[in-house]
Amino acid sequence: MTKTSVIIDGRAVTVDEGATILEAAKTINVRVPTLCHLHLEDLQMVNQVASCRLCVVEVAGRKPLLPACATPVAEGMEVRTNSKRVLAARRAVLELLLSDHPTDCLICVKSTNCELQKLAHDFAIDRERFRWEVNDYPEDTGSRALKRDPNKCIMCRRCETMCSEIQTVGVLTANGRGFEAIVGPAGMKPVLDTNCTFCGQCVTVCPTGALTGVSYVQDVWEALFDTSKTVVVQVAPAIRAAIGEEFGMAPGTAIPGRLAAGLRRLGFDAVFDTTFGADLTIMEESREIVERLHDQHHLPLLTSCCPGWINFLEFQFPDLRDIASTCKSPQQMVGTIAKTYYAERIGKRAEDIVMVAVMPCLAKKYEAARPEHTDSGVPDVDYVITTRELSKMLKEAGIDLRYIEDESFDNPLGESTGAGVIFGATGGVLEAALRTVYEQVNERELEDVNFTAVRGMQGVKEAEIRLNGKVVRVAAASGLGNARKLLTKIEKGESTYDVIEIMACPGGCINGGGQPYSQERAERIQARIEALYAVDKGQAVRKSHENPSVQRLYEEFLGEPGSEKAHKLLHTVYFRR
Amino acid sequence: MARINPEPKERLLATEGYAELDAYIDGLHLEPEAPRRKDTLIQALHRAQIIFGYLPDEVQLHIANRFYIPHAEVSGVVGFYNFFTTEPKGQYQVSVCMGTACYVLGADKVLQEFERLLGIRSGEISDNGKFSLDSLRCVGACGLAPVVTINDRVYGKVKPDAVEGIVEHYLVEEAQEA
Ligand code: SF4
Ligand code: SF4
Ligand code: SF4
Ligand code: FES
Repeated sequence: MTKTSVIIDGRAVTVDEGATILEAAKTINVRVPTLCHLHLEDLQMVNQVASCRLCVVEVAGRKPLLPACATPVAEGMEVRTNSKRVLAARRAVLELLLSDHPTDCLICVKSTNCELQKLAHDFAIDRERFRWEVNDYPEDTGSRALKRDPNKCIMCRRCETMCSEIQTVGVLTANGRGFEAIVGPAGMKPVLDTNCTFCGQCVTVCPTGALTGVSYVQDVWEALFDTSKTVVVQVAPAIRAAIGEEFGMAPGTAIPGRLAAGLRRLGFDAVFDTTFGADLTIMEESREIVERLHDQHHLPLLTSCCPGWINFLEFQFPDLRDIASTCKSPQQMVGTIAKTYYAERIGKRAEDIVMVAVMPCLAKKYEAARPEHTDSGVPDVDYVITTRELSKMLKEAGIDLRYIEDESFDNPLGESTGAGVIFGATGGVLEAALRTVYEQVNERELEDVNFTAVRGMQGVKEAEIRLNGKVVRVAAASGLGNARKLLTKIEKGESTYDVIEIMACPGGCINGGGQPYSQERAERIQARIEALYAVDKGQAVRKSHENPSVQRLYEEFLGEPGSEKAHKLLHTVYFRR
Repeated sequence: MARINPEPKERLLATEGYAELDAYIDGLHLEPEAPRRKDTLIQALHRAQIIFGYLPDEVQLHIANRFYIPHAEVSGVVGFYNFFTTEPKGQYQVSVCMGTACYVLGADKVLQEFERLLGIRSGEISDNGKFSLDSLRCVGACGLAPVVTINDRVYGKVKPDAVEGIVEHYLVEEAQEA
């Protein structure tokens, strides 16, 4: 590649032709502040609207200041990144951005993770030079999952780029002009009236508190202090590999034992593990896979663990509904079994039990609120809180996960396998299913349980496996844009896959919309994924069908996988929306 | 085919209008997978506004579906150009400038007087469809503040007590045309 040499703040720099001034400055550790700009290398997503002008620099021979994020370097260019003029201009830009922003920091959930707040802090802003009226748009919380507070929108359009280009859902756009302009659904409709899947990926890139999740923390506190209720909790696999970050631990530290201990100290009567539901999902789903492969109908089977993806299916590809697995998600399976089987065992009624789920996800909040998820007679899952919300509850209660001894989960719904744990990463559901399907069909032990071909961050991964002499082709896609590619092929009859796993979030739940915020996200996601596979590797039992508590559940309560009772309690239906 | 947008909740505008719009869009020979050019979209929106007078959600959604693009993309374009309107406009579109200069010289009183005389609030249209009223950000004629525009005509240095005369002028013009 051709190189270009430039001078930045008096230092010579050589970079690839076409690089921006911002990229060039970064190579010599000159930090130019940015706000609207976002480049996610792992997803090849670039938000380059150059609208905020916070990154302006002075270029010799050019009169106007230029945005470093969108100006390519040119041979011999001389750049000043911190002259008097530059700093004054940046300060004015920031002060104007703040001038119509709510001064809500004390009561804003995004506080300490907000990029606008951080800039104000870094620039030592200690007074308001300008004050305009703050916009007066209502908050939108009607979806029970995604919360929009439009008055905090600074028009960077990162969310729009994420939703339109990576997820290909296209919910968000600019509305209005001038100071009133904000990004939101077309015509400022509530998100519930759009095709939003509640994947929450827009939340992961919003620099401010304009996009967050609807919180259920107060409801959970109330339940915990209500002595007439048995309050039980389940935690998704992805939580254990990320929540440590909120307590200052190194990314990629998996702490299932400390997490279980922390939840018990919060006052939950029983601490369950969603991985138990994951194993249960595999029991039911592998049966579906074997049946469909045998009859060669309704193929490819599409997995159904991710409610964000299921929303996408129902909205955009309703005609493919019948090839999705009918299995409920692990969250809903644990909810239903807790309020039936477990309730019976402890001599309680379903209505006396409050089921709280801790999820990396916003779509699971929406899922739990779906009216069809009431097979126990009441809502199977009462409240869903995110990793971020749980970390705040722990902090409020003075429980520091750095200084707490490991404890185990409560049985029976706390027993897990390595297969259940890897559900949190893209490809994990598929790998778990293959471990079980292989042994069931071939009737012999799988020598190497590691299907590494379906692991990792690529958008679509594929593999082949031999079942009973026949080659079965499988694929795992993460990110809805990648899902769209596969679904379009299926519609055209061009797909040759037999089983496809789909996760709405790029990388899987580990990168869900409810996970701790992070500026160096690519490395974090990778570290979290590795942490999950390390847990899997260290587990004595690594196949779902060998989970002793799951086996007992079938013996004592459900009968066989796919039995009538299993169908009633563990399967669901999809709708055209 | 993937369904890109939610089904429209209701359709209130005339079917003939949609037929005319569809005929126009058919002539564009859009292909689901070919990248759309923004100018064809703008032309279609322009045509729709001529047909219906304005571009409410249902029309935007219809165009979005015909172009195989998300509603948000269409709405973004509609919002970007001042020319497009999502609200029905009256035969006479009264706009009162609320820029700083106009405001300081009493534009709010002028707006109130229009509201009182026409019996509508800013952003509304009168029952008979004759007048619509709204306020604008600075129109760039600060020397003439307060400024009122009615269709293509600009009125400068408007005082509240002049509003009645202006409204009357249009009512008379209307009567003469009839
Ligand atoms: S939650 Fe997902 S689908 Fe909904 S607006 Fe955000 S990115 Fe788009
Ligand atoms: S909602 Fe957030 S991400 Fe989207 S444009 Fe506004 S500030 Fe940016
Ligand atoms: S991938 Fe996981 S976190 Fe993301 S929407 Fe699906 S279930 Fe939720
Ligand atoms: S970061 Fe460069 S213009 Fe916003």
